Amino acid sequence: MATATAPGAPRTALGKAAVELDERLIVAGPLRRTLHKVFPDHWSFLLGEIALYSFVVLLLTGTYLTFFFQGSMTEVVYEGSYAPLRGVEMSVAYASTLDLSFDVRGGLVVRQIHHWSALLFVAAIVVHLMRIFFTGAFRRPRETNWLIGIALLVLALVEGFAGYSMPDDLLSGTGLRIASAIMLAIPVVGTWVHFAVFGGDYVGELIVGRLYIAHVLLIPAIMLGLIALHLLILVKQKHTQFPGAGRTEHNVVGVRMFPTFAVKSTGLFFVVFAVCAALGGAVQINPVWLWGPYDPAKVSAASQPDWYIMFLDGSTRLFPAWDINLPGDYTIPALFWPTLVLPGIIFTLMALYPVLERVLTGDTASHHLLQRPRDVPVRTSLGAMSIAFYVVLLLSGANDVIAEKFDISLNAMTWAGRLGLILLPAAAYVLTYRVCLGLQKHDREVLEHGIETGVIRRLPNGEFIEVHQPLGPVDAHGHGQLAYGGAPVPKRMNQVGGARRAIRGFFTPIEEPIRVELEQREESRGLATAEEGGRELTSAGRPTEGGRPSEGGRPSEGGRPSEGGRPQEPRD
Amino acid sequence: MTARDTRAEVGTGDVQDSGHGGPDDDYPPERLAAIGREDLDHLGARYDGVHVLHVDPPPAPGSPLEKRATRQVSMLFALAGLFAFLFVFVYVGSGWFLPDWRWEVGGDWWGLLFTPMLGISMGLSLLCVGAALVVYTKKLLPHETAMQEKHEGSNFERVTAAATLQKGWHNSGLGRRKLLLGSVGFMGGGLGLMLLAPLGGLIKNPNAGNPLGTTSWGEGVRLLREDGTPVRPGDQEPGSLATVFPAVPGGNRESDAATMLIRLRPAQVQSATARAGQEDFGYGDYVAYSKICTHAGCPVSLYEQETSRILCPCHQSQFDVTQGAKPVFGPATRALPQLPITVDEEGFFVARSDYIEAVGPTYWNRERI
Repeated sequence: MATATAPGAPRTALGKAAVELDERLIVAGPLRRTLHKVFPDHWSFLLGEIALYSFVVLLLTGTYLTFFFQGSMTEVVYEGSYAPLRGVEMSVAYASTLDLSFDVRGGLVVRQIHHWSALLFVAAIVVHLMRIFFTGAFRRPRETNWLIGIALLVLALVEGFAGYSMPDDLLSGTGLRIASAIMLAIPVVGTWVHFAVFGGDYVGELIVGRLYIAHVLLIPAIMLGLIALHLLILVKQKHTQFPGAGRTEHNVVGVRMFPTFAVKSTGLFFVVFAVCAALGGAVQINPVWLWGPYDPAKVSAASQPDWYIMFLDGSTRLFPAWDINLPGDYTIPALFWPTLVLPGIIFTLMALYPVLERVLTGDTASHHLLQRPRDVPVRTSLGAMSIAFYVVLLLSGANDVIAEKFDISLNAMTWAGRLGLILLPAAAYVLTYRVCLGLQKHDREVLEHGIETGVIRRLPNGEFIEVHQPLGPVDAHGHGQLAYGGAPVPKRMNQVGGARRAIRGFFTPIEEPIRVELEQREESRGLATAEEGGRELTSAGRPTEGGRPSEGGRPSEGGRPSEGGRPQEPRD
Repeated sequence: MTARDTRAEVGTGDVQDSGHGGPDDDYPPERLAAIGREDLDHLGARYDGVHVLHVDPPPAPGSPLEKRATRQVSMLFALAGLFAFLFVFVYVGSGWFLPDWRWEVGGDWWGLLFTPMLGISMGLSLLCVGAALVVYTKKLLPHETAMQEKHEGSNFERVTAAATLQKGWHNSGLGRRKLLLGSVGFMGGGLGLMLLAPLGGLIKNPNAGNPLGTTSWGEGVRLLREDGTPVRPGDQEPGSLATVFPAVPGGNRESDAATMLIRLRPAQVQSATARAGQEDFGYGDYVAYSKICTHAGCPVSLYEQETSRILCPCHQSQFDVTQGAKPVFGPATRALPQLPITVDEEGFFVARSDYIEAVGPTYWNRERI
């Protein structure tokens, strides 16, 4: 009946319901725009998603943990089911952590998933940040999102610290003691800050409760808001992309949100969750029952924080014993510099980097195409330098463990760290710069002379030469005329279809060459789906073939009959 | 008109802004009904600035390739379900028709494996879902290459938005009505301060009563071991170290009071030099130093009697016991404070006074108190 009046009106119950919904909410337009959003198809864009998804896992598992954890420092005598600590006096926070590990069915696995996903979360943020840095994705107009990202990183560190300080075990208490000393080390207001945060002298009875509310409400709320803003700006500004055929500053080439990207990304969420779950079940992390309750007079050897705080532990170990005594018997403690000033400088420099680069290079234009790290050797080398600096700090955070395992003098490790902190970044800068230039030169060389084919020819005069395959038209001297476009230059024959794709296998081939050959032939007749290697090449090559962006689509597609069924390529 | 023609008709730039009604006028229901699903999809995409440049079709329905891929994906989903049920089976069944899940020291293997079984079954289940979805997109969905246009900001929108804002500001008259503006500013400042003021409840005076510079030690306070027993000079072997606490209620839980009572070896006694003015703080071959590191407050615990060094495990500061616990390596800047000790009439160690300096990490006005 409806069809009589409105042609094309839905006949199914679902379709009718959808129309009813849209009549009320008018969502069809925004929904369609969302479904059509194009995402670039490059693996490095998954890093941010991994961070996002581990945050989701953190929210899920963290909420579960709040059902059992009690952030209170009231002293109780433990009577739970972990026999070695029965009868021991401890805080309610520690006792409830033991309870949720030993007396809550499945509590331990959730707690460990939470801890592992926290480690993964920060790691994913750091790697995501490196991707953004090395490809120049932070450049105008994306400076705001860079700043939000840095803020999220700092919040993640604070959130993580608050989280692992809450159980009030011996290890976390040691960390908290150091945090207290760091607060005291602030010049002028240090003691006031400490008394405001701890509610008095160390340790007091308030700090775990305060950390708890900061960990489950304050910081996550701010982070959620910032993540929402981060994504909103991303959608608004659209993605960056690597240069390639058909990719310009004014478009994004990739796959649409629905269905391909949505399905793939959901798959990634499940994989991230799976990794956290498997680690949480199979790999023990922070077994607080082994450390025992916090006691200010006790400490265990090799007290290390979680990995993301370890660089600060390292800087604290390496910094020389330099108290500054001021007139009037005031002191700036040595602890102040490596724990507050250094991270302050690091994060300020990171936050300001887009501005610094803009000012120093004078490049104020908007950029949506990414750069290959080799094409910006100074930035890449600065990045490598920072990483070297960071890695020395990170390793120094574990220098006692390294000294013990490898039987090295602890003092030698400290001095190696101090010297390494000065020498290695410089070495990393020089080395990276040379590597970048070398890679640039090789790209130019292949563009000029062609791909090395491995075919050696002997000339009549007895000279041996290697035959090169030019990538495009050549001039009178046989030199290629293609200019470098910021995209990867093919360097092997099978990348330009001049040979069959590489046989898979890391150490030994895992497939028969002849099968690959046959598969390739099938593929060329449109019978098989292309596998990764071939796929990348085709997708990168396609836009030039069919890409008249203003018209879109190849004529052959536009004219394809489309009666609901899947379009089919002609078969032979 | 064919679907192809309709597509060419739709421009790129300003169609997006043509607003509601525009496309509905161009495409009355009858016309839309005549367009196939695939083309409608591309038509809508065009309105969103998206052009589908190329589509690699999925394997043909019914082809061996499609059947194989479908089998793979289905197998993965089935495995995911299987592992999920395994999780539920272990979770629910433990302690019911399976052994108890609780872990005991020296308990059975089921309690030991309960958490790994949960984590691994959950991980495998989720991994299979993830793998199924990825294989699905790779082998069963068409692979398309789409291109979305990016637009720079529009001058028209900037100018009109700015005009609206400026008009609003102008109409409010705040620019002219200085009194109003001043009072609003005054109100804003006051309100802000009022809302922040309760945070003042957090502030506590760290200088009232010198809490940072004092501990529970005092004249005649006995040195107790952690189990609460007092210490006599004969109790320790030369070269040994004991952690002692003040004999006050809760003294063994105090964060700054922990003290190391060290009996020096005869060789150490000969080479020992105390800090100036503290030569008489020890008692015979016994010396007592604060256990709280002067660097970051960790308990310095590792005493190596051959080298007379005390090592802090947190940042590896090292203190030499024979030189008044002076820092000899690492980031610590100050010697561990020494507790003056003697023996009371019953022959037990007592403190002669509190520490004469603040124990623990350095702070701004430490030297002044």
